[in-house]
Parts: sequence; C-alpha cells; structure tokens
Amino acid sequence: MSKVQLTNVRKTYPNGAEAVRGVDMEIESGEFIVFVGPSGCGKSTLLRMVAGLESVTSGQVLIDDRLINDVSPAERDVAMVFQNYALYPHMTVRGNMSYGLKNRGLPKAEIDQKVTEAAKMLRIGDFLDRQPSQLSGGQRQRVAMGRAIVREPKVFLFDEPLSNLDAKLRVQMRIEIKRLQRRMNVTSIYVTHDQTEAMTLADRLAVVNDGKIEQMGSPIDLYNNPATLFVASFIGSPQVNLLPATFDGQHLISGDLKLSGFGDLPTSTELVLGIRPDELRLDESGPFLLRVDIVEQHGSDNLIYGGVLGAMNDGDQETEFCFKTSQDMLPDLDSTLKLGFNDERAMVFNKVTGERLR
Amino acid sequence: MKQLNWRVITTHTICIIGVIFMSLPVWIAFATSTHSAETILRNGLQFWPGSDFLPTYHEALFVEGGVMKSVLGITMLKNSLILGLGFAIGKVIISMLAAYAIVYFRFRLALPLFWIIFMTLLLPLEVRIIPSYEVVSGLGLLDTHAGLIIPLIASATGTFFFRQFFLSVPDELLEAARLDGATAWGFFIDILVPLSKTMIAAILIIMFVVGWNQYLWPLIMTTKEENYTLVIGIKQIYQILADGGELPQYQKAFALTILATLPPVLVVLVFQNWFVKGLVESEK
Ligand SMILES: Nc1ncnc2c1ncn2[C@@H]1O[C@H](COP(=O)(O)OP(=O)(O)O)[C@@H](O)[C@H]1O
Ligand SMILES: [Mg+2]
Repeated sequence: MSKVQLTNVRKTYPNGAEAVRGVDMEIESGEFIVFVGPSGCGKSTLLRMVAGLESVTSGQVLIDDRLINDVSPAERDVAMVFQNYALYPHMTVRGNMSYGLKNRGLPKAEIDQKVTEAAKMLRIGDFLDRQPSQLSGGQRQRVAMGRAIVREPKVFLFDEPLSNLDAKLRVQMRIEIKRLQRRMNVTSIYVTHDQTEAMTLADRLAVVNDGKIEQMGSPIDLYNNPATLFVASFIGSPQVNLLPATFDGQHLISGDLKLSGFGDLPTSTELVLGIRPDELRLDESGPFLLRVDIVEQHGSDNLIYGGVLGAMNDGDQETEFCFKTSQDMLPDLDSTLKLGFNDERAMVFNKVTGERLR
Repeated sequence: MKQLNWRVITTHTICIIGVIFMSLPVWIAFATSTHSAETILRNGLQFWPGSDFLPTYHEALFVEGGVMKSVLGITMLKNSLILGLGFAIGKVIISMLAAYAIVYFRFRLALPLFWIIFMTLLLPLEVRIIPSYEVVSGLGLLDTHAGLIIPLIASATGTFFFRQFFLSVPDELLEAARLDGATAWGFFIDILVPLSKTMIAAILIIMFVVGWNQYLWPLIMTTKEENYTLVIGIKQIYQILADGGELPQYQKAFALTILATLPPVLVVLVFQNWFVKGLVESEK
C-alpha cells in the first residue's frame, strides 16, 4: 500500500529528445492508474522513471513521501512487467520467480513458500520446473506477473504487458490482471496505447500526449467530459466523429450544413464539432445526409461508415462519420441516411488549440 | 533425375578429393610412425601400417631418453595441455570481462577503447615478442607456466565475439535483473555467463586449438627441456635428427606429430555440436 507522487517531472534524453515535459500527479494507495497515449508520447519513459530505469532530468518522484530520484531500482521496491516479458531464458519458472527474493537474502524455505503461493494464484503451478522457451505466450505472461507479485512490491509497473498476445488472450489476461490487482490491492501503473485496455483497467486514466498529461480522471469521466480534442478523439471506440465548422453567432456552419442549438461560441476561430457515433440517430428532419460506404456488423450492433454530404472538408479528405446502430439496420451501399444528433451531448473544440469550448 | 544424379556425383567427388587431399599426409605420418627406424631409412615413407606401433609410442611417451634427452613425451603432452587450457580459459575470462565492461558500463571511453582493443588484432604476438619477453623475464616468469600463458591471453577476437553477443541480449533482461536487485557482478554471473555458454564453448574450443599449436612464444620462453610442449618437442627432435650421429629415429618424430594432432582433433570432434551452436545460434 503506497502512494506515488510526481512533481513537475521532466526527462530530456542525452540526444536532446524531450520525452516528458513536466508531469504532476498523485497516485493514491492501491489505485490502478493507466497511462494511455499514442506511440512515442513518453508514457514508457514516465513509467521507467518511476521504476528507476531512467534518470529524472528534473522534478521529483516520491513513493510514500520519500524522494527516490536517486534511489536504485532495487531499493525502490517496485516490480515491473515488460512487454516482451524479459524472463531469464536459462532459468526455470521457479528460478525466474525466486531470483529477486534470493538477491534479497530470503531463506530458501520462505522463497519456496512464496513462489508456490504465487504460482497457485496465477495457475502456473504445473510449469514451475519448465523453462520459458517451453511455455506459450500466455503462460510466459503469467510467469512475468508471478515474478512481480512474489516480491510483494510497493508498486506494480506494467509496460504494455499484453501487446504480444493474441486478441482473445489479451482480454482474458486483462481481466485477470484487474482481478489480481484488486485482490492484492497494490498500487499499480499500467502503460498502454490501447484505449479499450485503458478504459477497462483503470481506476483513473492519464491521457499522455507529447510528454504531457493531457487529462486525468476516471475512464467514464474522460469519455463523457474530455477536456481537449485530443482526449476526445483518443478515448472511445469507435472514434468520435469530427466535423470542421465555424460559428456565425447563431448556427454552426460546416459547408452547406447549418446546425442549430449552439450558442456562446467564438465567431472568429475555426472550430471542430465532435459527436460520438452512438449519439447519432435516424431522423428525417436531421441535418446530416450520410452516404453509406461500409457496414460493419459487430454482432450486437452495426457500425455504418460513410461520407457526410455537403459538409466542410478538412483538406481534400471528405468528412466521414461513423454511425453506431442496432444489428437489424442494414442499409444498401451508396444509399443515403438522414441523421440527427443529440445536441446536448455534442462537443465543440477550438481547432487550433484543441481546447474544449462546449 | 539424371541431372540430379550428375550433380550429386560431382559434388561428392569434389568432397572426397578434398578429404583425401587433407587427410592423406596425416595418414602417411601415422603409417610411417608404426615402422622401425631401419625400414624408414631404407624405404622412406610408408603407406601401410607396420608392426612397431606399441613399442614406438610407448618409448615416445614413457621412456626417458626416448624422444628428448631427459623429458618424457607424456610430460610434453601435459605441458601442451596446460598451455592450451590456460590459454583458452584465460582468453575467455579476460575477453568476457572486457566485453562486459564495454557493453554494459556506458563510460565515455567504451567505444574508443573497444576499437583500440580491436586494432590490436593488427599487432600479433610476433610483432611485440621482444618487449613481451623483456617484461616476462623482468617479472622472473621465464620457464614458468604463468609466464608462458599470461602474455597471450588478451584477446581482441574473443572480446569482439562476446561484445556482439552481449549487444544482442535484450536490454530488458538487465532491467529486470536490476529491479530484482542483482548487482553488476550478479548479473554477469547469474545471467550473462549462463546465456553465453554455447558462445563460451565455441571460443574455448577454437582457442584451445590455437593455444595448443603455439610455437614461437613457447620456443623463446622455455629453456629447460622439462617445460617443452609437444610442438616444441617435434621441432627439437627433428633438429636432433638433423644433427646426425646415431640412426635417425624418424618413427618417433612421426609419433610425436600424431600425438600432437590428436587432442585438438578429439576436442573438436567431441564438442562439434556445441561449437556449431555457438557460432550460428544463441539462446535468448
Ligand atoms: N533511450 C532513448 N534515447 C533517446 N530518445 C528516446 C529514448 N527512449 C525514448 N526516446 C524518445 O522519447 C520519446 C518517448 O518515448 P517512449 O517513452 O518510449 O514513448 P511511448 O512509450 O509512449 O511509446 C520518443 O520520441 C522516443 O523517440
Ligand atoms: Mg512504450
């Protein structure tokens, strides 16, 4: 049970790359925090600074109110699960799990007991004497987790631990990680670029963009109330529909389209209207005319993709919408659908700064 | 089908010719070593084995005055083994440690140092043999095993191979070990060394053969007969033959030659699986 605190943390790599540009964060004891963001945004770097694998250029990292900037990784009492598992290839599963305990000088009987216990929890008890090369991807993943939990660390760190697994296993392991974390109640930081993983695992989610925390909050909070265009487009699957527009004092104008229900917006700047795919609905008097391009059947619901006729285009690219609807809705290709939307739930952003205006 | 047959026949013929070409001299040396001194003197080299195998090899290995003035063949064999093993083990240890420092301790001079070590490939022992002798003699190590082995064990080739291998070990292994509380030495011993074992075996084998075959350095270093290696012994026995006097003991010279080729051949035969593994694959 441990708190983690970051104060104005920055990282500049020796080659000049500014990977993290001032991050402040407080993580409560037992919380499951997910860093999510596109590849290269600096989330691994941030995690590795907590682990002690990268030095902190400036700012402070605290665990349980103790400044650990210059404390060695081993003494920080954190455990990490790597994307490629990083199991010691020449050691058995047992050897892998007990190595950290051995280095701490625990008596053999105690090590054995802890390893057996952890192996039971992860259902890898039958493989204890196998080598990693004799295990499947999912089993290796479990061993990597096992190596982390036997140490009973203050903080668990995960760097995209599920990326090397196939989709089905990924969902299974995701649930298992969540269950394990609940049960052990250990503060955890989990890095992923997969927003579904992030949404489902996190107590709180930190959306990272270009070395900064764009927004932090509970998954549903970020989904419902994104503070920026970036967060809105990153969180939610399928992605939010974005429509470039301007405001004329009464209406949002986008090409030939004129949308009412909006007020109190700046008239001089370029805007973007964001509508979640499930906020669209069939509506004969609605403003949008969607030319059906692709219908994806996902079972319980269908996703209908198509160009919005008459809308302002972003460059050469036709503005495309995704409409989430029920499984019996199967329009012909190239037919058109008249769509309306819930203007209460629609979001408006400043196109240049990404700031949410409404 | 016919074409394939021709191809098989051609390649096999070429291989067989190569094998004969390379092994025939060894065979002749062996066959000759099993004949009596008189036969060889009268009829020259022999192609078929004779009947003197046991007495000749017995005398060469175990009888005082059989090959040298006093030293036994078996003692020279032992000296060669010490040189070969010491040379190989020393080289592996030194070059692993050097490569470990270069790859894992990111000090500023790591890369230049590596290239300097690498450039010593251009300076074989023969080039620095006089200063090396000077140093060893200054340390009072002439005619000792240590003096024989230590000046040889720095190895640019070994360092290079281990460096390349260590570079291919994923960084995450080091990171995981650091989080597991391994010290620098612990990571080396517990993780790198076991991971490198096929590599170590391959380099040990190559270096054993190279060490075994060392000629110039032991020749300069050893003055006492009791420190002769087999390779030196062969050279000396031919010298004795050339000096004339009694009936030249060619069969013993050939016997020593065969004895000198056996251990490297055995080592390679026994360990060839490891050897090939070390060079073509790595456990990761
Ligand atoms: N060791 C390094 N040296 C220099 N630049 C690095 C290093 N590691 C990462 N970077 C850079 O820092 C940025 C953030 O990297 P990273 O934290 O790995 O991103 P993410 O995990 O979000 O994909 C990237 O632009 C990357 O190129
Ligand atoms: Mg990453």
